[in-house]
Amino acid sequence: MSGKTTQAMNDAGYQSFILGNYIFKRDEYFVHVEWPNGGHILPADRFLKALMRDVAWNFFYGIVNFDEVFGTANHYGTVDIFAGSYNASYRDTGKDHSETFDSETARHVFEAMLQDWTNEGFDPFAAPGETGSAFGPKRGSNENAVKRQRVTAKRMTGAADDTPLRNDMNGYGINRQFADVPQDEPEIHAEPGFEHDVHAFNLFAYLSRSDVTWNPSVCSVVKDSLFCPTTEEYMLPVIHGNDRVEWFIQLSDEIHWEVADRDTGEARARVIMKAGDVAAMPADIRHQGMSPKRSMLLVWENADPALPELYASNKLKANPIAF
Amino acid sequence: MAYHTQFGSLRQYQKGGVEAIRDDPRNYAFTNIFEVASKAERWERIAIARNLKYVVEVVRAEGTSPWYACAHDEAALVMDGEVAIRLVKPDIMIVSPEHEGATLLEGDPRGRAMGQIKSRRGHMALLPKGSAYQFNSEQPAVILIQTIAGDLTVERWAEICQK
Repeated sequence: MSGKTTQAMNDAGYQSFILGNYIFKRDEYFVHVEWPNGGHILPADRFLKALMRDVAWNFFYGIVNFDEVFGTANHYGTVDIFAGSYNASYRDTGKDHSETFDSETARHVFEAMLQDWTNEGFDPFAAPGETGSAFGPKRGSNENAVKRQRVTAKRMTGAADDTPLRNDMNGYGINRQFADVPQDEPEIHAEPGFEHDVHAFNLFAYLSRSDVTWNPSVCSVVKDSLFCPTTEEYMLPVIHGNDRVEWFIQLSDEIHWEVADRDTGEARARVIMKAGDVAAMPADIRHQGMSPKRSMLLVWENADPALPELYASNKLKANPIAF
Repeated sequence: MAYHTQFGSLRQYQKGGVEAIRDDPRNYAFTNIFEVASKAERWERIAIARNLKYVVEVVRAEGTSPWYACAHDEAALVMDGEVAIRLVKPDIMIVSPEHEGATLLEGDPRGRAMGQIKSRRGHMALLPKGSAYQFNSEQPAVILIQTIAGDLTVERWAEICQK
């Protein structure tokens, strides 16, 4: 399935985009998604924040629900763009719609959409309190914001030939809500010849200087075990549907999670996490978090590519621990 | 406006929890690092998260630990207190390259000193593959270790998780 831009700008100055049988348009306040025999409308800020994550994470693990109707499901090489597939009412009445695309093709269109629809002053990765408005007619762009690359350490952040640390010099100041986080560094004494192996860094200080929210980035790696800490403020802009188990370790402050069934959207639990709390997110749920103050969350992922099929075929149980 | 960032510690922490609507709280294996560490024996490596063979272990660090070795990298995150880590490159291979999880050593390893790290809350240290390492903490501290389940991993989920 191919994608393209119509090149025709509407009265608000925005381009429209075609991907397969989907047509995407935006006006001053909303994004309109149309497909054969159906359509949906989302607030432009909500759509752009979700779109930013889809692009930055290459469609992430599992399902990225933009809201209760529209989203993407990653098959790691291809991606489903769906409307209503994980909404019981749409599915039960046959109103759902889904199309499968080559991931690169879909990502290319999404990137172009993000670039055209993100105005100057609005950062889709920022918390509402630290960025401008997404609304209004087209005005300028924010390429620096939308072209950020996801941080992916190979071994550990700051290690030799690995992702760099953050400091004032390389453009990462301390976030206003983490001004009280200690910036001290570990004392490292490496004997000659072992400088590359004797390594440590202040993870909490590193996180205090993150300029994005709700953006797990790999900081340490043990084979397929990935520690992906992130800083969170306000609300996760997507409802994440799992295709494998993941775990949350709350490093600071608190987050409230609304958890629902991945496939039907039926509410299952509310999980309130405070500093030091640890919780599994089973493979058959979706979740959305709310962080009243900027907080630090360690998202722990298993990147084994075989997992989605093992969970989908019930060869692995959705809950990681039985007791 | 001044913001206060809330961290937990052995001396002071709050615990959230699972409010089930149509679910079983056990599905979330909900624990708190500081609660588990406060009830642990020193140097026990208690799993507080498990994803197939991979685990996150919590350790109550107090005094000087035994020596450990591991054939793959591990990562240690200090969640409370101050921890010193000594690293040695053993003269001979102590652990088979295929072995997963940490191994407890008897006595001190023979080898070259690699160095030392003094770390405090929020500091993450690499425990490099093929090395031997030892922890020291004069006051009770808490370490999270990212590793693979092995001979030293203690699992007591029914005891530590919300039911």
